[in-house]
Parts: sequence; C-alpha cells; structure tokens
Amino acid sequence: MTLQSNCPTGPLETRWTRHKGNIKLVGPINKRKFHVVVVGTGLAGASAAATMAELGYKVTAITFHDSPRRAHSVAAQGGINAAKNYQNDGDSTYRLFYDTIKGGDYRSRESNTYRLAEVSANIIDQAAAQGVPFAREYGGTLANRTFGGVLVSRTFYARGQTGQQLLYGAYSSLMRQVDTGGVNLLTYKDVLDLVVVDGEARGVVVRDLKNGKLDTVTGDAVVLCTGGYSNVFFLSTNAMKCNVTAGWRAHKHGAYMANPCYTQIHPTCIPVHGDKQSKLTLMSESLRNDGRVWIPRKEGESRPANQVPDAERYYYLEEKYPTFGNMVPRDVASRNAKYVCDDGLGVGAKTGLDQRARGVYLDFRDAIARDGKDAIEARYGNLFHMYDKITGESPYDVPMRIYPAPHYTMGGLWVDYNLMSNLPGLFVCGEANFSDHGANRLGASALMQGLADGYFVLPYTIGGYLAKKGPRAAIGADHQECRAGIERVTTVTDKLLSINGKRSVDSFHRALGLKMLDKVGMSRSEAGLKETISYIQELRQEFWENVKILPKSGDAMNVELEKAHRVADFLEFGELMARDALARGESCGGHFREESQTPEGEALRDDENYSHVSAWEFNGVDSEPTHHKEALEFEFVKLTQRSYK
Amino acid sequence: MSEATINLTLEVWRQDTAGSGGKFETFKLDGVSTSLSFLEMLDMLNEQLLEEGKRPITFEHDCREGICGSCGFMINGQAHGPERGTTVCQLHMRKFKSGQTLVLEPWRARAFPVMQDLMVDRRSFDVIQAAGGYNSTNVGNAPDANAVLVGREAATEAFDAATCIGCGACVAACKNASAQLFTSAKIGHLAMLPQGQPERYKRVVRMYDAMDEQGFGNCSWTQDCEAACPKEISVKWIAKAKKDFLKARTIVGV
Repeated sequence: MTLQSNCPTGPLETRWTRHKGNIKLVGPINKRKFHVVVVGTGLAGASAAATMAELGYKVTAITFHDSPRRAHSVAAQGGINAAKNYQNDGDSTYRLFYDTIKGGDYRSRESNTYRLAEVSANIIDQAAAQGVPFAREYGGTLANRTFGGVLVSRTFYARGQTGQQLLYGAYSSLMRQVDTGGVNLLTYKDVLDLVVVDGEARGVVVRDLKNGKLDTVTGDAVVLCTGGYSNVFFLSTNAMKCNVTAGWRAHKHGAYMANPCYTQIHPTCIPVHGDKQSKLTLMSESLRNDGRVWIPRKEGESRPANQVPDAERYYYLEEKYPTFGNMVPRDVASRNAKYVCDDGLGVGAKTGLDQRARGVYLDFRDAIARDGKDAIEARYGNLFHMYDKITGESPYDVPMRIYPAPHYTMGGLWVDYNLMSNLPGLFVCGEANFSDHGANRLGASALMQGLADGYFVLPYTIGGYLAKKGPRAAIGADHQECRAGIERVTTVTDKLLSINGKRSVDSFHRALGLKMLDKVGMSRSEAGLKETISYIQELRQEFWENVKILPKSGDAMNVELEKAHRVADFLEFGELMARDALARGESCGGHFREESQTPEGEALRDDENYSHVSAWEFNGVDSEPTHHKEALEFEFVKLTQRSYK
Repeated sequence: MSEATINLTLEVWRQDTAGSGGKFETFKLDGVSTSLSFLEMLDMLNEQLLEEGKRPITFEHDCREGICGSCGFMINGQAHGPERGTTVCQLHMRKFKSGQTLVLEPWRARAFPVMQDLMVDRRSFDVIQAAGGYNSTNVGNAPDANAVLVGREAATEAFDAATCIGCGACVAACKNASAQLFTSAKIGHLAMLPQGQPERYKRVVRMYDAMDEQGFGNCSWTQDCEAACPKEISVKWIAKAKKDFLKARTIVGV
C-alpha cells in the first residue's frame, strides 16, 4: 500500500480553507443517522465528541476512568500556544507554523503544521466562551507569556494548571451534550479490541472494569483519542493508567504505527528516589532561567552540595554551550545529564539497571545571592514548595536535584490530512496520532494540537468520510465480527489468567521500562537497539510463562488483569520502538543516534536519507514489521541544522 | 537521601464487590522508605500480598501528582490523610512514624457506593455537572477572546473555584455527606465570569436539585469540607451559591 497523505496542494495559507470547501457535507437532518464511537475523553476526545454532537451526529464517548475529567490532559502545566498576536510583537500564523516545523526538526508535514497554527486562535476563543479562567491583565484582556526558545509571547495560561482548565472546558461541553442526549457517555470501560467489518473500522470491544463483562460498541466510524505511550518506560510523567493498548490493537488490525521512536524526554523532573518508585514528577522548565546545572567533578563526592567549592563543580552546560548555557533545548539538556551520570558523576540515590546515581544539581544559590530570596520566591515559590513536599528538601537551602523523564510521545498511529488512518473509518486525534510535531514538540503545543484536532479538524473531515459512505445498516452485537472480537479478548484474558506464574505485572513493566530508558531513551546506538530487541523478546516470552495475576477471575473487578493487558501490549510495542529507532540512522529532534553526530558531538540530521515518515505495518508478534515510508517534501521552509554552541 | 525506613501496621477496609459487605483486615509492612508516597507504600504492600497469594488492595489513582482527582480515602479518619492541602498521592511517608497504625477506609457516602476496598463510585458528580455545569456555547459561535473583558481579580477568583479536582474529599469529610463545596465551586466558577451570566440562575437551581436527587446531604456549615479539600477551596463559594439559589427562587423565579 502506498501512503496517501491527501494533503492539499497550492498556496499554503489557503490549503485548509480550500480543503474544507471541498469536503462533501452531510445534511443536518442526515447527521443523526451516523453514529461515531470516540475512545478517550481527554482534550482531543472530549472536544471531538462534544463538537460532533453539536453538529448533530450520534456520539458514544468511552473512558476507562470514572469521569472524563480524570484524563491525563489534566496534568499539563505550562500553557497553550496560539497565534493571536495580542502582544503586538509580530506573531502570525506563519511564525507559529515555522517555529513548530523547525522545532520538530523538519519531520512533519507542512500542510498539517500550518493548519494547526491556523486554527490555534479559534481554540482560545472557544475556551474563553466556555469559561476557562485564563490569566488576565488588569484591563481584562488575556495575558501571555513566552515559552521554550521562541521570540514572541503567544502562550496562554491558567496559573500552572492550564491543562486542567482546558480539559474542564472541553469536559463541560461534553457534559452539556450528555445532558441534552447528544452523547452517550460510557465510563469504566476499557477498549481492548477493534471491530473491523469488510476492511472498515466499525466499532470497539470494551471490557467493563466493574464486572469484567465484555461488550461491543459499534457505529459508522471510530475515533481513537487515547493519548501517548510514555509509560512504555514505566517511569514517566504520564498518569499510571496511560497506555498504548487501543492504538496497538488497531495496529494489529492493519493500522500503521508511525515514528514510534520519537519521544520527548523532559530535562527537569524530580529524580528517581528508589526502586519502589511509581511515577516521575515534572518541574517547570522555567527553572532553568535562574538555576545553574552542575555536578561534582570528583566521582563519589561525599560532601553535601553546599560544601563543594566552586572550583570542584562542573557546570557542564555552561562549559560546553557558552552561548545558551543552561538554556539549551530540552533534548540537549536531557542528553548531557545522561552522559555525566553514565560517567558516574551523578548525585542522589543509586537506581536503575547499573545502580548509578541519576541526578544533577539545579542550583539557585547564585540567583538568590544576586536577586534576593524574595525575588526567587516570587518566581518559583509554588515549584519550590512542590519540590519540598515530594523530596523533603528546600531548594532555598540546598540545590534541587533533577533528571530527565519521558514526558510526551510524538509518534503514534499514522493518519492522513483528514486524521484518518490507513484503516478506513479509523480516525486518530491528539497525542495518539503522529501528525503535527515531527521529531520534537515545542512547549505549550500539546494542548493546542489535542484541541485543534477535536474542535476544529476532525468534526469537518469525518463528515467527508461519512458522506461518502452514506447511512449503513447497524452492526449488531450478534454480527460475526463482534462475536469474533469478544472471542479474541476472551482468549487473551483467559490466557493471562491461566499462567499463574511467579512475577507481578509491575515487575515486568519495570524491567521493560529500565531497558527502554537506557537504550531507547535519550541516546540510541545500533548495538544497544539490537540488544534491546532481543531483551524484549525474551522478557515477553517470560511474561507469557511467568506472570502472576490475582484474583484469577476475569468476570469481576480485577486491577492486575487491567494492567496485564496493557503491559502485554507495551512488551510488543517496545520492540517496534526499538526497530523504528534502529531504522532511523540519523539524529533528529528528540531522537539521538550515536552514529550520527557532528565532530563536536551534536545531533546530525540526515535529510538526504531520512526526510520521511516511517510507518510500520504489523505482520505478527514474532515477525518483522514492514517498513513503509512517506516522503516529506518542503516547499515553503528551508531546512537548517540546529546549533547551540 | 540515605534511606530511612519505617514499619507500619495497616488496617484496611476490604470489600469484594459493590453489594457485598466488608471488613477490616490488618497487615504488617516493614522497611517502608520514607521517600515513598503513600500510594507507593500501598504498591509495596500489594506486591507483598501478591507474593502471599492474596488479592491486592484496590484503590483509585492515576496521575499521582495531585491533579486528576482520582485518588482519595480516609487515613485515620482524615480525608486524604493528615497533611493540609494534599491529595493522598502527594502525601509522603516521611510524615509518619515507625510503629504507627494507620486505618484506611473508603469515602463513606450514600451517593458514593463502595466498589471494591478503598474505591468508590463517584459518577454522581458527573450527574451534577451535566445538570447545567456548563456554558451553552457551540464551537464556531465564540467571539474573539478579547472581545469580552474579564477583570484580573474576577479571573483569579474564578480560577480559585475552578481548581476543584472533583475528588470527593469534601463529601467524605462532611457529617452530612454533602456535596455543597463541590457543587458550589462549579457554580461559583461560572458565576464569576461574564460568559456564565446568561444561564447563571437556571444553573444553580438545576445543579442543586441534581445534588439532592443523587442522595447527598445538605450543608450545616461545619466547614470540614474546606479543611479536607486538597485544593483548599473556600466555603465562601457555598455562601455565594446559596445566595444565587435564593435569588433564583425568589426574584428571578426559576
């Protein structure tokens, strides 16, 4: 199959408008004849479900939480970009587009990225109308701040809880549709398989988490808004239940997985404190504005940080990158932290596969001496408080310890310009698709993309597909594909429950995560990736022979079983990530290949050989996947190499 | 950073299903690192239970950074435990002493039926939210965001109410199992903003009615809700919403 991106051609500025004008419409009276199944109720899912219901489609929205408000979009702190140019600082749709495509290291489509920038302004209008309490100036207009290496102030925010407030906005629109009967909301339902009829996605198989009952939900199209896969690393900033299951099981039905090796590792997180840790916490990147990153020059330094004299401190970012210093981009900061800790110079608890200290100091001593404690408290008081709460140490008195943590995944199911995967009828929105961020995502762009897809893109583009198909006979629960779907899930569930081994689900997940972070994390090499593929294959085999799940019953609430389904998929997906990283012989964005670097040791992109999207076709768990390539062509931007020296 | 550890006795409510009865079971857990969060301590206990061939303890959780509102249970009679303004996932074991006995119990409220162990069903909150907890605005209708001015103070205050994470601690802490703080915070957030005005009075009546229908009790102003709230939401929102409710009934005539 050749991949058709279905991107419009012609002038970039009018592509989306012209495309919308050409989409076949479903008449207002006919919309109620179409039923769309939306999986996931985070920013992308809630906004898509609410908006399609507003248009008149029949919508079922499914979440495994007790309420849509729990989705992990809730945890995004920083803000949301929009090309409003409210600050009169020369921002424009083109600038946001350019920053996004450059930030993504030229590994996304121009058409998609431009559209994202174009609809960004509408998101802010919609959110304000919903009652999202954005930060305001005294005169009542919206406030902005600057974010992550761009030259304009275009980030809108609601204190440090922008994701929460935007999610509650989308959630309120969703609940309005629940109220008026436009959306049927299903809670506590885990989507474990897809129903495909005659090559088209027509529904999903769900497991009721309260009683284990399996059922199918069918319609005219399926929209996956199921988030990212950072939890393949076990320890990440994602919520504990974030998973790749719905996407992976769609992949097994033929949907291609694109660029799975593109992950974002955030440099400023609280380090791992020990082997019982379950989750990592992000500290805002703004801390690097005033904090200085260092480690002791001496391996095994035993003095407390404050007693290490200046001459014995290695300010490695300032020394290696005199121009940008502590403000180098996320991937450079992350990678260098890994390298110094690999060399045994890290600080804090010894953890991980090699039992090394994985932490570096982020020190505010000089900033406090320069600006005073009050000024630093005004800037970072809430973050210092949060750090103190988690670690029991006050950053006013001792340096913070930080270490990078997996945070966001740019890869995901392959979609065309209409956000439809190569499996007809299967649409994918938000972090779950691969589309707009290329090999690296700019700060404050995740919320923008989730809501752009849900409010302003999918509700239009899905209409084109539905109009073309026309109303079809409903797929009943007794349809052979529904019965087959339930049987597939039953088989996997029964198999998992019958193993009765010795190791907990979490112990497998932790083992996978440690390996992934070490070899498919901040820095990847051919040897390391090959080793990882064999390691995962062995671990997967052991999982299916030795996992222990209690209780042994699938027809009741069973938290260990829920986790087992997810970890089983991560154990397959992790291998594909390593394969994708192996196939991409260049360094780009968040993906650093040790074989592809400049003489100074910086990332070296290879546009000649790798200016493409890698889309993987599933051929069976133990068979090699087929590698498809979608060439990326750049008509409007000139490709440049990054330099931060 | 060196690992201090403590030993604990845990008395945990065990209940298999929604309809079944339950009882307390006692567990000993030794060598708990004080850097662990409370939920990581429970993960550790669950690993121990798995090894012993027992069903692990079920508790709700997800983000583990205090924002999703999934987690929450009573620790020695206090919702989310002893630390003020903190969800149980952000509570750390250094707040406890070795040898302590901790009693863990689910939220107790008619409108929050226990599903298993420490996990309750809080869908009644969604029912309240669906009863008008929104501005009726379709995508495509919105004016430019700066066309409607919102004073900085009003926006800040609206945010204070909107920060409620819907965890249910206010209900659990209340002797009447009232959802007044949750419901009033949602009402107050939209009532503070110009965009929320058209439906202001209809909203407060509908949401209050839904709250009663779901089986929550009423408010007798003991303010335990505010003390238990991990986001420290003020009881002033209850006063404001009640004022709106009276106005809606008596003057506006909803």
